[in-house]
Amino acid sequence: MKINQIVEAVKGKVACCQENLDKEVRFGFASDLMSDVLTLRDDDILLITGLSNIQAIRTAELSDISVVLLVRNKTASKEMVDMAREAGIVLITTEYSMFRTSGILYEKGLPPIY
Amino acid sequence: MQARFSVDSGDFTKAGSASSAIKRMLKQLGVKPAVVKRVVVALFEAEVNVIAHSYGGFIQCDISPEKVNLLVQDTGPGIPDLDLAMTEGWSTATDAVREMGYGAGMGLPNMKKNADSLQISTAAGKHTEIRMSFSLKEGEDGVS
Ligand SMILES: Nc1ncnc2c1ncn2[C@@H]1O[C@H](COP(=O)(O)OP(=O)(O)OP(=O)(O)O)[C@@H](O)[C@H]1O
Ligand SMILES: [Mg+2]
Repeated sequence: MKINQIVEAVKGKVACCQENLDKEVRFGFASDLMSDVLTLRDDDILLITGLSNIQAIRTAELSDISVVLLVRNKTASKEMVDMAREAGIVLITTEYSMFRTSGILYEKGLPPIY
Repeated sequence: MQARFSVDSGDFTKAGSASSAIKRMLKQLGVKPAVVKRVVVALFEAEVNVIAHSYGGFIQCDISPEKVNLLVQDTGPGIPDLDLAMTEGWSTATDAVREMGYGAGMGLPNMKKNADSLQISTAAGKHTEIRMSFSLKEGEDGVS
């Protein structure tokens, strides 16, 4: 699924790396637990999370995740945006909850990992 | 090629900065992305553990054409029961650590899954020393 389709589906706002919006992700994974994210082996994952701190971005960077979707209207801090921009990570925010976001994207055909 | 980074206890704002610097080095050296990911994930787990559970320490990374060797050493307090600590889900992480998104008791088992070899030397009241190595040779980059 293309990143811009994801943004549209969740009425998201893009906080940085707009230039990567036509890239694709192959899987979605929703978690607030970075320990869990670090166990994923697949590539091209969309991370859906309510964890709004730089650790979410750092974990994405270090596990080759290039799109992070922050749910429930959490604001991305300047530190988060700066780190995401430097790593080329598309950072998206949405008002929708984790459940609603995941439901919409699953229904549109974005496959889960487990 | 060798690089060394110090890791401070409790400083989550910098968590992952050493792993990130080593990731850049490995990419520049042309190491395969799948191997880079295994090295970096295992190292990040170790780095977060030093920050979350220890009094602080350092990371030393040695890269040769054949392999990447990582040494992560702290100054204590050590792990009293390593077998227990290696069990998936076992954690003594504080609420502060959990709020940062860690503390599920998955880090040590995840290091074992990602590294080609893992050696841990630790004891209650001693320092913890973790050595991991990763082969860079074609055909030897298997995932255990
Ligand atoms: N460097 C260390 N010094 C002292 N104790 C440690 C160290 N590393 C790990 N431990 C102990 O081993 C336990 C298990 O570590 P592990 O990395 O598997 O899980 P965690 O750090 O608690 O959670 P997670 O890694 O999933 O975020 C820790 O909770 C802690 O009690
Ligand atoms: Mg850990």
